[in-house]
Amino acid sequence: MIDTRWAVETPEGVELELIPAGPVPRALAWAADAGIRTAVYLALAPQLLRLGRVGIGLMLVVLFLLEWFYPVLFEVLGRGRTPGKRLLGLTVLRADGAPVGWSRSTVRSLLMFADFLPFGFAAGLAAMLLGSRGQRLGDLAAGTLVVHLEGGILPRPAAPAGGAAAAERPPQPPPVPLTAPEQRAIMAFAERAPALTPERAQELADLLEPLTGAAGAEGAARLQAMARHLRGLP
Amino acid sequence: MKQERFEREHQEAWAGFAAMLAGVQPERLPEAYRALCRDLALARQRCYSAALVARLEALAMAGHQALYRSSLDLAPRWGQFLAGGLARSVRALAAPVLVAVALLGLPAALLPPLIAHRPNLAYVLEDPATLEKMEAMYQPRQGRFGRVGQAQTDLAMFGFYVWNNVRICFQAFAGGILFGLGSALYLLHNGIHGGAVAGHLTQVGLGRQFWPFVCTHSALELPALALAGGAGLHLGWALLAPGRRSRRRALAEAARDGIPVVYGAAAMTVLAAAIEAFWSASGSVPVPAKLTAGALLWAGVASYFLLAGRRRA
Repeated sequence: MIDTRWAVETPEGVELELIPAGPVPRALAWAADAGIRTAVYLALAPQLLRLGRVGIGLMLVVLFLLEWFYPVLFEVLGRGRTPGKRLLGLTVLRADGAPVGWSRSTVRSLLMFADFLPFGFAAGLAAMLLGSRGQRLGDLAAGTLVVHLEGGILPRPAAPAGGAAAAERPPQPPPVPLTAPEQRAIMAFAERAPALTPERAQELADLLEPLTGAAGAEGAARLQAMARHLRGLP
Repeated sequence: MKQERFEREHQEAWAGFAAMLAGVQPERLPEAYRALCRDLALARQRCYSAALVARLEALAMAGHQALYRSSLDLAPRWGQFLAGGLARSVRALAAPVLVAVALLGLPAALLPPLIAHRPNLAYVLEDPATLEKMEAMYQPRQGRFGRVGQAQTDLAMFGFYVWNNVRICFQAFAGGILFGLGSALYLLHNGIHGGAVAGHLTQVGLGRQFWPFVCTHSALELPALALAGGAGLHLGWALLAPGRRSRRRALAEAARDGIPVVYGAAAMTVLAAAIEAFWSASGSVPVPAKLTAGALLWAGVASYFLLAGRRRA
């Protein structure tokens, strides 16, 4: 199974799961940030140009700051999120799951130049695709990850719709504790059930007759009820 | 213990933890965080429902973020950094910085005497149009001299120097990740360009305008470029010869060692931009004052990097 999840063990002895973001959401976040930067610049430039040649100097300083320190300021003071990343639900974290500080964020930002080479972020994309954690060159040098965290406009996996019959059943805990893979299998069944023919769904549910204690339609409905409990649905 | 009872018993503690994340009684956060991690480990071990585990994971993640944040307050560290920390960081990278000084300094120092000997060399290394533009810039005239053609106002030039020169510093550092090639190229290119222009202007008799203009700000600008390039070479070397570390780790450590040097280089370049715009280009400062200031600044920069921060507090 191809899984990009990355587990970080904390000093307290539990593992936190990080989900590194791939090139597409990161490119979208970059584009959103580029749009914001351009908008800020275009809004400021005419005002500054009115000041004459003094304004040109200020404008170039603003351009310099936007170019190099826009990501740093937002990542450090905005909990790892530039506005574009916030829009996409992405966050920059240290590889150990802690928030980034000034130095790491600056390294990421400066090395953006190397990631861009030879054209259109080719080096960064190559690094992201070759590594297992989707790090561009700047992330590798800074020891950071860009991960999916809550929020953002990306579509979430839809909650299982469930058949009309299944929805009437209240959630029901499984009779014995189930391991995480077993729970996932039951939840996957509930997600796929609406797309299956009733016969096929019952055939699959029959495999778990020892757990549900019923065969046929009743077994499938009990499995749906267990899935509702596992998902925490009312 | 059944999940329902587990949830009932800890519900209050979890709500309290969420409130602490929002700022209520933050001094109790570490203790509550450890308790939450214990609950999460138990929930996983006892195979409670995925929904409960996911909820506790989200709380633990937020707690981890709140607890392991590094200090963002820069103010108290800046003083120490400038008083000697920067010089120490540079000396820690002595080998790559010396290579960078050689890559930038050798062509810059050797080309002027060579061009005095064989004037055609300047035209081999530089575009004739560029050299003509340089000659026009340093033609003697009333008032200010130097790169007058581009802008009359000092602040405009300051902005231009910041935008352009600090960018070159940053790129010289970042290019180092390409196995050091990017940094080496930036250093050599700037060394050759500077040396060729200086040699050519001196050879055609404009040295009296050129040297007083560049002597002061170059004391900061050229070492800053060498420092940024040296930090870049350090990155490249970590990739080429990581030693007994993985390349990933070697690169991360090289970046950690190099970034203070880049901060210093950027600060020096901004200072150089101010000097270039307000002092070097000023026509009201007499030439001997500029030459004296230049000599003092070169000596000051050299002694800072050699001597500052030797005595650890």
